[in-house]
Amino acid sequence: MKNNLTRIALSNGLKVLIKEIHSAPITSSWLWYRVGSRDEVQGRTGVSHWVEHMQFKGTQQFPANMLDKAISRDGGTWNAFTYMDWTAYFETMPSDKIDLALRLEADRMVNSRFAPEEVASERTVVISEREGNENEPLFTLGEAIQQTAFRIHPYHHEVIGDMADLRALRRDDLYDHYRTFYVPNNAVMAVAGDFETQSMLGRIRELFEPIPAGREPARLSRPEPPQNGEVRLSVEGPGATSYVQACYRFPAASHPDFFPLSVLDSLLAGPSNLNMFSGGISNKTSRLYRALVDKEYVVGVHGGAQATVDPFMYTITMTIHPKRKPEEALAALDRELQRVRQEKVTKEEIRRAIKQARAIFAYGSENITNQAFWLGYAEMFADYNWFETYLDRLAAVTVKDIQRVANEYFRPQSRVVGTYVPLDGKAR
Amino acid sequence: MTGKLKSLPGPDDIYREVLPNGITVITRSNFNSPSVVVAGFFEAGALLDPDEKLGLAEFTASALLRGTRKRSFDKIYNDLESVGASLGFSSGVHKSGFNGRSLAEDLPLLLGLLSEALTVPSFPKAEIERLRAQFLTGLAIRAEDTSDMASMVFDQILYKGHPYSRPEDGYPETVQKIRCEDLVRFHREHYGPRGMVIAVVGAVKPEEAVRQVRRALGGWQVRSQKETPELPPLKLLKKTVSRHYRIAGKSQSDLIIGTNGPMRRDPEFMSASIGNNILGQFGMMGRIGDVVREKSGLAYYAYSSLNAGLGPGSWEVNAGVSPQNVKKASGLIVDELKRFVQEGVTAGELADTQANFIGRLPLSLESNGGVASALLNIERHDLGLDYYQRYEGLVSEVSSEDVLITARKFIDPERLAIAVAGS
Repeated sequence: MKNNLTRIALSNGLKVLIKEIHSAPITSSWLWYRVGSRDEVQGRTGVSHWVEHMQFKGTQQFPANMLDKAISRDGGTWNAFTYMDWTAYFETMPSDKIDLALRLEADRMVNSRFAPEEVASERTVVISEREGNENEPLFTLGEAIQQTAFRIHPYHHEVIGDMADLRALRRDDLYDHYRTFYVPNNAVMAVAGDFETQSMLGRIRELFEPIPAGREPARLSRPEPPQNGEVRLSVEGPGATSYVQACYRFPAASHPDFFPLSVLDSLLAGPSNLNMFSGGISNKTSRLYRALVDKEYVVGVHGGAQATVDPFMYTITMTIHPKRKPEEALAALDRELQRVRQEKVTKEEIRRAIKQARAIFAYGSENITNQAFWLGYAEMFADYNWFETYLDRLAAVTVKDIQRVANEYFRPQSRVVGTYVPLDGKAR
Repeated sequence: MTGKLKSLPGPDDIYREVLPNGITVITRSNFNSPSVVVAGFFEAGALLDPDEKLGLAEFTASALLRGTRKRSFDKIYNDLESVGASLGFSSGVHKSGFNGRSLAEDLPLLLGLLSEALTVPSFPKAEIERLRAQFLTGLAIRAEDTSDMASMVFDQILYKGHPYSRPEDGYPETVQKIRCEDLVRFHREHYGPRGMVIAVVGAVKPEEAVRQVRRALGGWQVRSQKETPELPPLKLLKKTVSRHYRIAGKSQSDLIIGTNGPMRRDPEFMSASIGNNILGQFGMMGRIGDVVREKSGLAYYAYSSLNAGLGPGSWEVNAGVSPQNVKKASGLIVDELKRFVQEGVTAGELADTQANFIGRLPLSLESNGGVASALLNIERHDLGLDYYQRYEGLVSEVSSEDVLITARKFIDPERLAIAVAGS
């Protein structure tokens, strides 16, 4: 045990990370599965997310409405998330009640029912969720960009899935997906909070070790070939506001370049906040804010890096100033990116980025749910060591590194630029 | 395991002091993380906005960090962002407020900026125009947002003729009319230490936190600070009123059905809050979620909420549904409201919610931000420093009959405000 952290693997392959934290009488338990939208073939898009919904529909032992009530009764909070690379379930409870969460997760790893009538009623719920997303200009734009940027790699569709598939998927498609991926050897259990490690470990063994290992699920592996030349697209929709997203190819989170790129992100657009349960900071003195918002090309600019298993994208989102055209904003963005490729950044800018990261880490550690989140999250794309050494690796970034990655990753030739064109009352 | 009561804020670990100029400082230490939160409120809410310049309070609050007599906009944010700190101002109906955080080592910087922004903002013209463009874009986005527009229409129905019917961020035409001089005047007349509360929570000792606040703001005096006017009485709806706001090209409509709710200080607040949890929160969004989402599959979200503040609150049910299902969902929701006021809640439902309220309290007080909100809640509504330690008793003493009486007092299924925004 180091820093109150214990890491072991059970005999069935379930990886377990446990961290004792005694700041509040709270424990947060997370179960992570290595399955997400990148494990879906055409015709079955959205299946991972829908399976996640079905995991709340009950088992023999914990019927559907009993689950929610049991957690709520004990004052807990719970939820689940489906991402491109993973699906995660968490419960944060008063520590003396966490056993319910452990029993529930062990049970629904194998015993979810997927009753046909529940599948039918959840179909319209998921469709409704997608319709809600479609109301948002940035969802429709983002979806178009993703489909264009990933022709080969399964990152090409949104997690929610395509409407055609949401209408066509059958109960057995969902159940097969569940049985294939929900096996202990494809999962990571992460628990943090106010407990004693040995007794927590004993209980996890007791509940999870009897679950037999399954066949190692294969992940789709279709690397996206290099992009030769900029791609531009546009999406039309209701509204009066234009948006532009410029998306650059980024490496996997486990790639060494992820760290200099994180520093670069920080000084270009303000630091991306990877915490799930703690906010970030403003970006009003980032280079892009100064070049684009201060100069009134846009009214807002944000950069977003994501920690993914395979190379994904870095997205710069610009909300265009009402008196400007999208092309003007894009030209101003290009001038600024050109500058960072040609001129060295200062050491002071790097020091600043590191201090920002240190503060964001401190904010994240106020909260036990967020600390438990990191234990498992880091395992999904690297390992917990990635998180533990993150600040040190940022501190090792040099001016030269920044210039190299700026030139390598921020090339116009390998980006996709999407524009949301508002119809402003005009018929489509 | 850590003791449950020990983790709840109370007179033993909350430190409160009123400075001579009227500012109340309330603090609680937490050394588990090297960070600190500073949050607070002061008079100067949107109630003070003239109709033709609606949005003025919000505009003023947002403009405070656009420049002070000592620092430019760029310098302010450079100082904040260089140390990973944040600070923001916003305006509500009754009050305006601020929220900031930093590493504990940077608390003096954070309080120094807070002080400058509150006491000597300079409202630079060029920055104000940039901010205006951002506001107008925000309002254009709001006009296309089904949830925002449903909420605006709902308030217009429920609070017809009352200041609560007005959106705090104004309308494009009122924001266009606001001049720099208006911001200066609003600040001069309404900003001041009287009525201001500042909470400091995190890795700093209470006496040190108070000392730092005193140094930053203890000398602030404003003789011209005006009183906030009293709220006019609210006219209740005489019958159900429905309105549909059309927004073309939307896949989903937002629906709000509701009525008036209690004020935070009303004796019925706790029974209403418990009733609301059973109606549309508990488990997967309570009875409403069960009927609209789980049984009918009509919506991804369908829940109820109680908004209780300093004035007459609202009690509402929100759902996002396909345009063709609006009528069906409305019918189901109104039926649930009828059942709620006819039958009340069962003993089992009541016990579940009481356990939920008591059990979840430590979770809401986990982060510095959560504790700061709790301390400000105590001050805003005069709940007493021991409120969170008395909380379990307050929750437990509510009976099913209390819930039913409260539900009948506020909810009349024949007199509802129904707002829809979408295609």
